[in-house]
Amino acid sequence: MSIEISEVSRNTKLLIDGVPFAVEDVNFVKPGKGRAIYRIKMRNLFDGVAKEITYHSGDRVEEVSIVAHDMQYLYEEGDHLVFMDTESYEQHSVNKDLLGNKAQFLKESMVVSTIMMGSRVIGVDLPKFVELRVVESAVSTRTDTVTAQMKAVRLETGATVNVPTFVKEGDTLKIDTRTGTYVERVTKK
Amino acid sequence: MRLKQIKANLERRALTLDGIRAFFKKEGFLEVETPLLAPQAAPEQFIAPFTVNGWFLSTSPEMHMKRLLAAGYGSVFQITHCFRKGERGQLHNPEFTMLEWYRVDADYLGIIEDTEKLVLAVAGDLGLGSTICYQGREIDLSRPWPRTTVSKAFRKSADWDPVLRHDPERFDLDLVDKVMPGFSANRPTVLMDYPAANASMARLKPGDRKVAERAEVFLGGLELANAYSELTDAAELEKRFREVIEETGDSEGHRPMPRRFLKAMAELPACGGIALGVDRLVMLLCDAASIDEVVAFPRERA
Repeated sequence: MSIEISEVSRNTKLLIDGVPFAVEDVNFVKPGKGRAIYRIKMRNLFDGVAKEITYHSGDRVEEVSIVAHDMQYLYEEGDHLVFMDTESYEQHSVNKDLLGNKAQFLKESMVVSTIMMGSRVIGVDLPKFVELRVVESAVSTRTDTVTAQMKAVRLETGATVNVPTFVKEGDTLKIDTRTGTYVERVTKK
Repeated sequence: MRLKQIKANLERRALTLDGIRAFFKKEGFLEVETPLLAPQAAPEQFIAPFTVNGWFLSTSPEMHMKRLLAAGYGSVFQITHCFRKGERGQLHNPEFTMLEWYRVDADYLGIIEDTEKLVLAVAGDLGLGSTICYQGREIDLSRPWPRTTVSKAFRKSADWDPVLRHDPERFDLDLVDKVMPGFSANRPTVLMDYPAANASMARLKPGDRKVAERAEVFLGGLELANAYSELTDAAELEKRFREVIEETGDSEGHRPMPRRFLKAMAELPACGGIALGVDRLVMLLCDAASIDEVVAFPRERA
């Protein structure tokens, strides 16, 4: 939505050449008879780099809404993953690349936190820890070597992780999604 | 909580208002009141009025005070609220307090002398003497305050002369970024003789029509006041207003031609006038960095 520069305040999100920025500070300067000068400090929400842009009264900028929504993962569709907003029940298709390596820990009906810019999902955060079941306990991989203490297993989502040798098929494991590593075996009651 | 913290400032603000009134009464000025709500506002390109049912909240008492001058009231002063849309920052609140005075048979330099005496008198009333401390710097208020021209100040700090070249956008930016920071931190500065294009309601200098008899007072990095030798030529005033009205077009800032004012201007005596930001004067006298520290209820708390 196009807004007048005088309406911009701290925390307004602006879209400049397709890139979202969060406004961190507005410095208003105006010589009595002269035009107003707005020095806007803002941070690029994609790369985190701060910059300052000077505007004049009457200039217009593009405001964009950037909000967090909880969404439930539904299913995979080619290169995309389909999520459903847990409040509005709207479905959103997200390119797998947006999740990077974390996609391999995504399980049906898992609730994730997403960042929406307008109606577009621009970020997906998995819970820090997820619990996943082992479906195959002895997997041979090219990169991972089985050592005396560790072996590779396949999880229900298809991901492969290194685990201690005592882990068996059917066990449920706690996985750290930030590092993609095994944390502990979960005893299901 | 906040109101408790700024109580000493607001008490000093009340003493400042007392001091201003005492000064002008001693000088023989008449205190006047003019409407806050009126069917017209002065056409000024970069001052946007609030509108109320097709009328305007006053952006300045100038036109009404000049109508009193034209009617023979002599030298007059007023402390009043002004309203300017969109002006909010560390030094701005959309509703603020203006001191405005007009001295008959004076020019802009006579008005600057009034300003020097007034600020010294009020500082004295507050027990501050002729030196005030503002944001860590001592400012010597003793008269006369150093004067410089727009031409000299811009050549010194911004390497160009706005009197010879018309570039309004660059003028405002360089004034703020280069020229103001170049002023002495320990003395007030009177910046005078603005380019004719920035004359507003000031008369052009007799003998040098490239500049207008307009002066601004800067103190402690704040723009405190704006003085004119008042333009008394009604036809020239109308021409300047028409230019502004055409430039602002049908936009929100559009203002009708102020006919009653123009009609009265045939009788305006030779005079000088000035508008001084009272909130900023109080900031200087209270060593306050922000207007919010000297106003009880700024916009967000009104």
